[in-house]
Amino acid sequence: MSAPQIHIETLPRSIQLVLLLGLAALVAFPFVGSDFYLAMVNRMMILAIFAMSLDLLQGVSGLVSLGHAAYFGIAGYVLAFVTPAGEPISLYTSLPLAVGGAALAALVIGFLVVRTHGIYFIMVTMAFAQMVFYVFFDNKALGGSDGIFLNFRPDAVLFDLENKRVFYFFTLGCLVAVYLFLRRLLWSPFGRSLAGIRVNEHRMRALGFGTFSHKLAAFTLAGALAGLAGFLWAAQTGFVNPELMGFHMSAHAIMMVILGGMGNFAGAIVGAFSFEYLLHLFKDLPQIGNFNTGKHWQMWMGLFIVGLVIFAPKGILGLLARAFAQKEANDA
Amino acid sequence: MDFINFLIQLLNSVQYGLLLFMLAAGLTLIFGIMGVVNLAHGSFYMLGAYLAWSLAGTLGSFTLAIVVGTALSVGFGLLLEKVLFRHFYHRDHLDQVLLTFGLIYVFEELRSMLWGDDVHGLQVPQALSASIALTDTLSYPVYRLFMSGICLLLALGLYLLISKTRLGMKIRAGAFNHEMTEALGVNIKLIHAVVFALGVGLASIAGMIAAPVSSVYPNMGGQVLIMCFVVVVIGGIGSVRGALIAALLVGLVDTFGKVLLPEVSGMLVYVLMAAVLLYKPEGLFKQ
Amino acid sequence: MREPKVMMSARGLTKRFGGLAAVSDVSLDLWHGKLHAVIGPNGAGKSTLTNLLSGDLPPTSGNITLDGHDITGWTPEKISRHRLGRSYQKTNIFRTFTVWDNVRLAAQSRAQPHPFNPLGWLGRADNMAAVNARAERAIELAGLQNRRHTVAGAASHGEQRQLEIAMTLATEPVVLLLDEPLAGMGVAEAENMVQLLLRLKKEHAMMLVEHDIDALFTLADHLTVMVNGQVIASDTPTTVRADRNVQAAYLGEH
Repeated sequence: MSAPQIHIETLPRSIQLVLLLGLAALVAFPFVGSDFYLAMVNRMMILAIFAMSLDLLQGVSGLVSLGHAAYFGIAGYVLAFVTPAGEPISLYTSLPLAVGGAALAALVIGFLVVRTHGIYFIMVTMAFAQMVFYVFFDNKALGGSDGIFLNFRPDAVLFDLENKRVFYFFTLGCLVAVYLFLRRLLWSPFGRSLAGIRVNEHRMRALGFGTFSHKLAAFTLAGALAGLAGFLWAAQTGFVNPELMGFHMSAHAIMMVILGGMGNFAGAIVGAFSFEYLLHLFKDLPQIGNFNTGKHWQMWMGLFIVGLVIFAPKGILGLLARAFAQKEANDA
Repeated sequence: MDFINFLIQLLNSVQYGLLLFMLAAGLTLIFGIMGVVNLAHGSFYMLGAYLAWSLAGTLGSFTLAIVVGTALSVGFGLLLEKVLFRHFYHRDHLDQVLLTFGLIYVFEELRSMLWGDDVHGLQVPQALSASIALTDTLSYPVYRLFMSGICLLLALGLYLLISKTRLGMKIRAGAFNHEMTEALGVNIKLIHAVVFALGVGLASIAGMIAAPVSSVYPNMGGQVLIMCFVVVVIGGIGSVRGALIAALLVGLVDTFGKVLLPEVSGMLVYVLMAAVLLYKPEGLFKQ
Repeated sequence: MREPKVMMSARGLTKRFGGLAAVSDVSLDLWHGKLHAVIGPNGAGKSTLTNLLSGDLPPTSGNITLDGHDITGWTPEKISRHRLGRSYQKTNIFRTFTVWDNVRLAAQSRAQPHPFNPLGWLGRADNMAAVNARAERAIELAGLQNRRHTVAGAASHGEQRQLEIAMTLATEPVVLLLDEPLAGMGVAEAENMVQLLLRLKKEHAMMLVEHDIDALFTLADHLTVMVNGQVIASDTPTTVRADRNVQAAYLGEH
């Protein structure tokens, strides 16, 4: 990568306030929103967890992975495989298994890819994710291109995940927990080392840091957290297919992280919600005369992405930060 | 496996490998010299295939379609470079990934609007539609030999261009040291435009000649792109020679893999890549 | 007086790039409490030599010993952990961090929990008392107390050179390899740096690559002259100064 980006790590009070309001809105939503929108917001929260896991790699450590969806998908498939046809599987066995499976895959693939740098890293992460995609796509035993249905959500014993609202709050709890964990990690010795690796890996090595094992640990942890998101996705939608580990899923995750603003995890949440909302908007565009605008959502999405990279490469939080800084400069 | 079958698979390997080389050579040059990663490279392959199909229909001649198609593709490539890519040579890889991913979407939609979403077949031109008999029952299509031949010719042309011409020397100098080359008065902008156009041209010609064999369908660039990346990783960024050897290697592993170990054939190429990464993380022939 | 202890030595170091030998059959020793200066014209191989000693480049042949260990072919991080500290000619800092964060992170290298250790993910980095103390000491030595909250990229060139040294000192090395620490400094700053280097000399085995001849004669106990990758003289500064070969090849040009 070229110049080190100035990251917003410490969130200004204004942003913190926005996040708190957002949390309040999310808590209140199930009591005011329809079932359709409940499911949509639930998915957005799951994608926010996915995006935060990528932000650990991309925003904090500076590792641009084009294959992060592999771990998202693997966890989903693990849940699908351990869920019997006739009854639910315990949450307390399936969740560790799924996250563990994703972490193991990330550890193995990470061991191979973390030794590469820059453009190589981007290409090999994409390649290995495609490999995982084809393993599932080509094998009928693993569900093939049709995917696998899950007949039950995991059994939590103490609460009922089949209940939409309960599942929603379970997801929200996971979202908050992951956010707090990652914010804590950002300021831990490990987090500071990762930031150092992002800014100047060469000097980190010269100072005695084992950068390979640091990057591998970040890669594995990010994979595990992506696995948590994948587990929740499979549990909510009741269906897994190879697209969950596909290139588009990985690329969308990158978009979300960039759209919101990298390196502080709040941006990832904002980006996930914004990106999904945008996608929803583009797909639902009304027909203009003969032209089915909504059908060509990829065009609008593509142009939006190109526009984003040209005009707002630091994402939404970057724009906000600039606006606030401008205001402060004017007030001074 | 008897000798005839072996020969057929070998010929298939070489043909697939050479086709991959056409794409990988462009990608590795564009990356090696301008430092830009282009996820939309597969879209040029798709562009070539669709141009071949639509032009062959309207112009009536496959040869003419290839000539006109190449000219159009190169023109499009030059325009794209001038308007967009040129401004991203100094940007983060992340920004380039973002840009070119957005372009994939835009190109897919443009293709959808111009040529629709159906799968199309393209007839192998009459003159090349024969088959060479190898045994009583087995024969090998002349067209596939033609494909390999064209790729070899272009590979040779690329080699001569890069190592024997002044332009090639300037290209190599630009890859080695940007600022110095510019300071010596070489028009670096022209070099970049030429290299980019070359990459686009090679990719689209690959799509054109592959079209009769692979058919013409939406998102056909996606799968070939990933193989292309694998080839560049194995061969080493910036090395055309590396791209050739890696492409042939991939062709061999993939083709023979499908025949000998069909259950795991999809994974074999990645296993090859993993092995190369463990041994030489920067590719076999990294500059 | 006791023989000064040899902390680091290189024997027959050679580094080839293709057909070109950037460093050719170089041997030297670094002693505790002494400063060994290496001088030579541009392109003499001084930076390559430093890179070979710090592990940034693997030698084509020859070997290197550090405090009794054969470190030939070791990675830079392993060598650093065996208490070698190296500063760079081209300032190599964390430009987007503050001065304090730069030095703190450098000091953290000596107390870094294993990356897979969850405790290392949950503690607060700025609560590490020993790390903070080390960083504070390094900052004071380098004279950067008043600049600790400046973003490194915004600091003056001289301050960045001071930061370069501070980071190296924060890892508490026993051997110091300093690559042109005085480069680009004004007169007052350079004087301060020379005073610092004199202080450091007492506690470390030092190698200094420099162009500033006057500073060298104040600091150096031993002087090696390199030209075209080879050593043409290696002795006390007075002896080297009088050496005719050296005068012809290098000193005479000044």
